[in-house]
Amino acid sequence: MEPKKIYGILSEKFGGKIKQFIESTLPPSVLVETGAIADVCRFLKEGDGLDFTSLMCLSGVDLKEQGKMAVVYHLHSMKQKHKITIKVELDRNNPHVQTVEQVWPGANWYEREAYDLLGIVFDGHSDLRRILLPEDWEGHPLRKDYVYPKRYHTWDV
Amino acid sequence: MTKADEKFMQVNMGPQHPSTHGVLRLLVTTDGEVLSGVKPYIGYLHRALEKIAERVTYPQFTPFTDRLDYLASMNCNLAYAMTVEKLLNIEVPRRAQILRVIMAELNRISSHLIAFGSFSSDMGAFTPFLFGIREREFINDLFEIACGARLTYNYIRIGGVSKDIPGGFIEKTREFLDYFPAKIKEYNELLSYNAIFIKRLANIAVISPDDAFDYGITGPNLRASGIKWDLRREEPYLIYNELDFDVPVGKGEMGKTGDAWDRYMMRIYEMEQSAKIVRQCLDLLAPGDYTAKVSKVLKPPAGEVYVRAENPRGELGFYLISDGSTKPYRLKIRAPSFANLSIIPKLARGVMIADLIAIIGSMDIILPEIDR
Repeated sequence: MEPKKIYGILSEKFGGKIKQFIESTLPPSVLVETGAIADVCRFLKEGDGLDFTSLMCLSGVDLKEQGKMAVVYHLHSMKQKHKITIKVELDRNNPHVQTVEQVWPGANWYEREAYDLLGIVFDGHSDLRRILLPEDWEGHPLRKDYVYPKRYHTWDV
Repeated sequence: MTKADEKFMQVNMGPQHPSTHGVLRLLVTTDGEVLSGVKPYIGYLHRALEKIAERVTYPQFTPFTDRLDYLASMNCNLAYAMTVEKLLNIEVPRRAQILRVIMAELNRISSHLIAFGSFSSDMGAFTPFLFGIREREFINDLFEIACGARLTYNYIRIGGVSKDIPGGFIEKTREFLDYFPAKIKEYNELLSYNAIFIKRLANIAVISPDDAFDYGITGPNLRASGIKWDLRREEPYLIYNELDFDVPVGKGEMGKTGDAWDRYMMRIYEMEQSAKIVRQCLDLLAPGDYTAKVSKVLKPPAGEVYVRAENPRGELGFYLISDGSTKPYRLKIRAPSFANLSIIPKLARGVMIADLIAIIGSMDIILPEIDR
């Protein structure tokens, strides 16, 4: 199915919660209202003819100039062989978004990573801990304004 | 810990356990020999590659991709180069494309040889590991001829490859391809169809197709579950659409489809197919440019792409955002082993401790790519 058509189906189902279709990215993206992401994802997985079987990738992005954070979901259907990108934009000072772990269990670790490196909080996540960095690490390194620490415990870094 | 948990014992497996394939720590909750839960702790090899990417230029990041999956550096170079080329709209010359396929497939063979060898040593058979290393040495020599390096090649660059292959490479590769099939037969006789080995692996840790989708399992582990999905076929890149090769899938020959034996055997089958691909590519190789004309300073237009390639361990994806400057704005690396490892807590519930080793070995994870 063409991404444009998928956008059409989503707009029909969710109305104003589907904000924008961005064709220039690869694969083309759909910007979704933050609060609706879990419902949209469930529909994408279970909806007729959509069958988005797997979450290829989930990335957090710091859009500092716009005062926002973004979470980007790259979805893919092995049954229908189509792809799409779903995006949500969050408030940079208080980034919160619903988890999609219940839709694709594999999202668990990706969300933990986005939490660890960017400080995005996934509401409803079953086990939101740091994953790559030590548990007592301070700050979120992939933020654009991250200040590099001089010391970690007794070591110079 | 609640009162009910008190009969369980918690043991750390790793971070330096020989069967964890690197520095992986598994916090194992056991009831005697039976596992009631496994919690992986990763990050011991975290080098902040995604942060580094934001501070170096596009070509400067290529050597870092060598350090993702160091057993398949060529494939990682390739995926990164394709991502940046997509953003820059670079057309890669045909000779370079064929050279890339040759290197990627040779590297797939050498990576699977390590998978085969290390898995057998996990299972208590030491000799196959030496066999695997012996044949891999041949491929390492080939790569040394082509680019001078034996592990981190930095050979596939943005626009093409770093230099053309010198004389003698083709003859040596043909020599390897003639020698290799007999060795695969040897592996099968020695290990694959060994009764003890089969008993050890058949029906262990079956991954159903739905679980594989849910957790984003890719590569040989996905195909072992009976799903015919290979990016080289489904979304052909380079010259894969001109080549004749099969995509092997698990059939449950020794037990259920998607068990540990199927996952192991996928790699043996794939080595045969890769050898077939390399042979065809050698025939197709005609004189031409080995790289496109790429300017010294790369400034891709603002935009974003997500590009993936079929690596020996699954789909390696790069999500790249460019803001029009010489450095990436954001580079997210989607490593296949990261997804493949995330299913282990689910698979390892209620199995024996010894089977946990079989599960990890059969998934063929590699830690530097998980931790990045």
